[in-house]
Amino acid sequence: MESWILSTLIFLPVIGVLVMCIVSMLNLDEDKAIYKYIALATTGIQLILSGLLYINFDPSHSVLNSPYTVQVDWISNFNIEYYIGVDGLSMPMVLLSALLSFLCIGISWNVNKNVFGYFALFLLLDAGMMGVFLSLDFFLFYIFWEVMLLPMYFLIGMWGGPQRHYAAIKFFLYTLFGSVFMLLGMLALYYYAPDGNTFNLISLISQAPRIEASLWGFDMRFLIWIALFIGFAIKVPVFPFHTWLPLAHVEAPTAISVILAGVLLKMGTYGLLRISYPLLPGEVVNFAYILAFLGVINIIWGAINAIAQIDLKKMVAYSSVSHMGYVLLGMASIVSTESAGAEAGLNGAVMQMFNHGTITAMLFMLVGVLYDQAHHRWIVFPDDYKDKDLAGKIAFGGIASKMPVFNGFIILAFFAGLGLPALSGFISEALCFIGGFSAFRVLTIIGTLGILLNAIYFLRAYQRIFLGPFNEKYNDLKDMNVKDLAIILPLAFLTLLFGVYPQPLMNIISDSLGKLIILVQPYI
Amino acid sequence: MDFNIFLSLSFLFIPLLLFAYQLFFGHILKHDTWWVSLFGIGLNLAVALSFFYQSFFNSADNILFNGRFNWLTTGNFNLDLGITIDNLAVIMLLVVSLVSFLVHLYSSEYMKGDLRFSRYYAFLGLFTFSMNGIVLADSITMIYIFWELVGLSSYLIIGFWFEKNSAASASKKAFLTNRVGDIGMFIGIMMIYFVGDSHSFNLDEIIAKVKLGGIDSTYLTIAGVLIFLGAVGKSAQLPLHIWLPDAMEGPTPASAMIHAATMVAAGVYMSLRIFPILTFEALSIIAFIGASTAIFAAIIAITQNDIKKVLAYSTVSQLGYMVLAIGVGSYMAAFFHLVTHAMFKACLFMASGSVIHSMHHSLHELHDHETDPQDMRNMGGLKNKMPITYFSMLITTLAIAGVPFFSGFVSKDAILAGTLAHYFEHGGVTIFLPIAGFGAAAITAFYMFRLIFLTFHGKPKNEKIYDHIHESPLPMTIPLIVLSALSFSVFYTGSINPLADGSYSWFAKAIGNGHNYVIEVDNSHNDNYSKDKYAGKSKNDKYGHELDESDSKFNFTYHVSHAAHAAHYTAMYLSLLVAGLGIIFSSLVYLFRKIDPELLYRFFNIFRLYDLSKNKFYIDEIYSNILYKPFMFWSKVSSKIDWDLYDQKGIDSLGKLTLFASNKSTKVDYDWLDQIIVDGFGKLANYMSMKLKNIQGGIVQSYILGGLVALILIILLVQQI
Repeated sequence: MESWILSTLIFLPVIGVLVMCIVSMLNLDEDKAIYKYIALATTGIQLILSGLLYINFDPSHSVLNSPYTVQVDWISNFNIEYYIGVDGLSMPMVLLSALLSFLCIGISWNVNKNVFGYFALFLLLDAGMMGVFLSLDFFLFYIFWEVMLLPMYFLIGMWGGPQRHYAAIKFFLYTLFGSVFMLLGMLALYYYAPDGNTFNLISLISQAPRIEASLWGFDMRFLIWIALFIGFAIKVPVFPFHTWLPLAHVEAPTAISVILAGVLLKMGTYGLLRISYPLLPGEVVNFAYILAFLGVINIIWGAINAIAQIDLKKMVAYSSVSHMGYVLLGMASIVSTESAGAEAGLNGAVMQMFNHGTITAMLFMLVGVLYDQAHHRWIVFPDDYKDKDLAGKIAFGGIASKMPVFNGFIILAFFAGLGLPALSGFISEALCFIGGFSAFRVLTIIGTLGILLNAIYFLRAYQRIFLGPFNEKYNDLKDMNVKDLAIILPLAFLTLLFGVYPQPLMNIISDSLGKLIILVQPYI
Repeated sequence: MDFNIFLSLSFLFIPLLLFAYQLFFGHILKHDTWWVSLFGIGLNLAVALSFFYQSFFNSADNILFNGRFNWLTTGNFNLDLGITIDNLAVIMLLVVSLVSFLVHLYSSEYMKGDLRFSRYYAFLGLFTFSMNGIVLADSITMIYIFWELVGLSSYLIIGFWFEKNSAASASKKAFLTNRVGDIGMFIGIMMIYFVGDSHSFNLDEIIAKVKLGGIDSTYLTIAGVLIFLGAVGKSAQLPLHIWLPDAMEGPTPASAMIHAATMVAAGVYMSLRIFPILTFEALSIIAFIGASTAIFAAIIAITQNDIKKVLAYSTVSQLGYMVLAIGVGSYMAAFFHLVTHAMFKACLFMASGSVIHSMHHSLHELHDHETDPQDMRNMGGLKNKMPITYFSMLITTLAIAGVPFFSGFVSKDAILAGTLAHYFEHGGVTIFLPIAGFGAAAITAFYMFRLIFLTFHGKPKNEKIYDHIHESPLPMTIPLIVLSALSFSVFYTGSINPLADGSYSWFAKAIGNGHNYVIEVDNSHNDNYSKDKYAGKSKNDKYGHELDESDSKFNFTYHVSHAAHAAHYTAMYLSLLVAGLGIIFSSLVYLFRKIDPELLYRFFNIFRLYDLSKNKFYIDEIYSNILYKPFMFWSKVSSKIDWDLYDQKGIDSLGKLTLFASNKSTKVDYDWLDQIIVDGFGKLANYMSMKLKNIQGGIVQSYILGGLVALILIILLVQQI
């Protein structure tokens, strides 16, 4: 099974789509729910496979000696290969994507508009995500990167909120803008590779640092770094490329918000760690301070903006901007001269990628539960609200007693978001800070303000929605049902598990990141 | 030894199990569910007693149990969690379990009939778990982890009656204010971690590193003060004290445990843990913070009318004493006061809870929902109705006021002696420390007796309410009796002599004087110290006490304790004097009514002192106006900048620019390129053909003419070439 498991992970959703098409052509879809079951089965098998992969995964293997690596020629004229593999960096991302995809089918269960289209597109998105995380050929990576865009565009644009068209086009164009730079960087790597044109990311590790060329007076490696950085930074999103995110997250349907925040944002940092870091270690060292600086800006700016939000979903969206800042800070600390600092920072960054995935998925999912019942998610009604009497007033109030189970999970998710110890967000954020501190003392000290700022908006929102006198208008609210519980429990479990005992996660990533540190350290 | 692993782990996790049980299954047994919790905490108390028994005869440096495991590791980065049980921890564990046990008992009546009764017990369990974690921790990270968790339990308990907006706001305020301190603590932890070549979070290893010396003293000062900032938040020191009085929104027994006896003392406990690495400069800052807090909070407590608010400010003030003691190097005195304060303050809170409880019931029977059951102006004369509550409160008030025979006298005296000795040694501005200490002692005596007199003496303010007042039931009075009994000094000094020096008690022997390696290392490099003060007097220090330290290093804490001992009698007479003055003055005003409080009010308000005190020096308002509101405004502005300006005007205008450009290029493309040029060719051809078709008129002559002309042209062209 070893050689086909990764390809299956990628192409299983495509098979799911084909099955859907056959069902549709044979008119077997009188009950539209059949598409949901097909999607559920597909993502379920995918989750089981990724679980099997995890169980048999040996973190000490690199992609070169891993039994899962597949390398065959694809378009041999241009040295393009079908080269996929898994290591400690991609393993947690694969698990995260498989888990969130599966859960998101559950979250999307009440989609009733064009069911076939929704779930087919969702599966294509799933295939694209897996492909990005498993590709070891830059061209393949780029293809999957672009493949994801299209389903995402339609999923936001057709099943989203009131401003869905605007949000979808903005997301699409913004990301495409980044892709253009990434394409340029990729082609530059291809043509300037000293040992012959190649997209092979592994052989580029030894080649890219030897690129000796310049353009318009700039060093070629510097230009490649910048081009790739813009491509990835938009996805993260790094300040100042972040404004597509709140809009897209808010307008997207709940499941798509979960995928966006839970998986898509991580592709940016994953791309940096998978491609920019090993290929351009010298530039990493030169650029690290700016990366850390941008990370701290993300932390502070995201949090300050989250505080001002009166739409709960938008607040959670801005919290993602803030939380991705920790990842950047941790990543930048690879240049620390203290090896303990570099290790803490880099491992913390990847742990934060995973942990933020589960925590933010919980947050968006819970916001969705509230929205489905209350049909709005205002913390405070806006000043130009349609009902003039309510404008500027607190929207909910005291619903903690009405929805005790929901309240419990909200407390868990909010406190995980604000970095409470014993929940997974704490340890990864702490590691990012510890790493950051060893390399960028002043910046990190400014960044620690995030500890306070993140708490401010979560607790404020919590108080306004859940505490205080009960607002009788919401007497009909029902607590979470079994389906909601089934979706939230795995996420809550992971949040608690990696909060109390983070070592299993660390075991997956530690070896691969250690190799990355060894690659970069000589350039310091 | 192995058994102690089991004991300490079960000690840590029993309360967590209770939390889980009460959260998920607490509703099953209805009200009787509290027995489960009481039993669990009873086990904890038994374990704590066994630890106490095992270490009772041991010296201060003895470690009963020590064990850790690797929690998180990668390459060179290691994060261990572990447990250290030394004498400090043993006594703290005993205090925590005892108070927790009594609060569990007390709450069964106090919280009877509450909608979320089992939830309350769940939170108590979570708190006890987190608090035990802090006490048992052997590393600074583990302290931080449980530090945040007590913050969570405190948040949940303060907001327990979350339907009240004030409770919800108070819980948020408590958490956020603590987080301000925690930022400092976190940075301090990182600074300490990266000191030297070997990195560690383990307290013993950090101390060992510092002991080796060679660390920049400024760096260490900053790190120490930053870590101490955590304690400023948790122990409600200036300027982060604002959350504690508001925290009184929580249920009173929980306030007794969390916000009086244990959690707020965690800051002091943590400072004692890092005491060995605090530099002299850091200690001085700490001392001044503590002294200011002690006097500042005491002044506010004078004018409060809410019985719990008085006690809350009193707690802030007493915590200030403990911090002051740390600052002047009186390690033992700080912990001593922590323990005695835990007993008498827990009792004071529960006694006030007893009063509030019966006031509440009385008002309930009268169907009066207007009168505030916590306002002392509605009480008076309750001593006849509630004798147990009265006597326990009187005893503990005598303790906090610093009257001989009672515990507070001994511990406070040790602190005051320390401040006095500190002043004798260093002079200058340090005179503020004893002044604040003794001043606060006088004020404490005054406002505590004011509380007693207003509540229990005099005529009832409202006969109707008074008639319905009853003594609280046994589960509530037993804790009062136990704790007030433990407020006698004999338990701590082991001597019936009321004026015995606390520093010779079993307690002092168990705790020792502590060590401060930074200052010792400093001084060992300082020739003046060793020559002038110690080298020549290796057998006896300047107070005539034999030095039992054989090494030549100057033992800072040992020196401090001896200096304090020398200052003991001065301090004792002074503290007796100020306490007596406070009590006499208080009884003149509020008991015998010889001085009209109104007169006092007018007198002090000449300098606006009364208004300042009554309004808590307007600290809340100042923070709100210069920090909170501008910050919230800024967050709105930055959101506008981010979205309305940067995104809508900036990013989207790029899109609009593109649209504009594409419109223009369409114009160029279609109107010019297509319509004019491309179509132009067509039109031209059309035009030409229109013109040319006239040529093809069918007239043969013109064809021939054309042919000739063409021929001539061709010939001419060919000839040219």
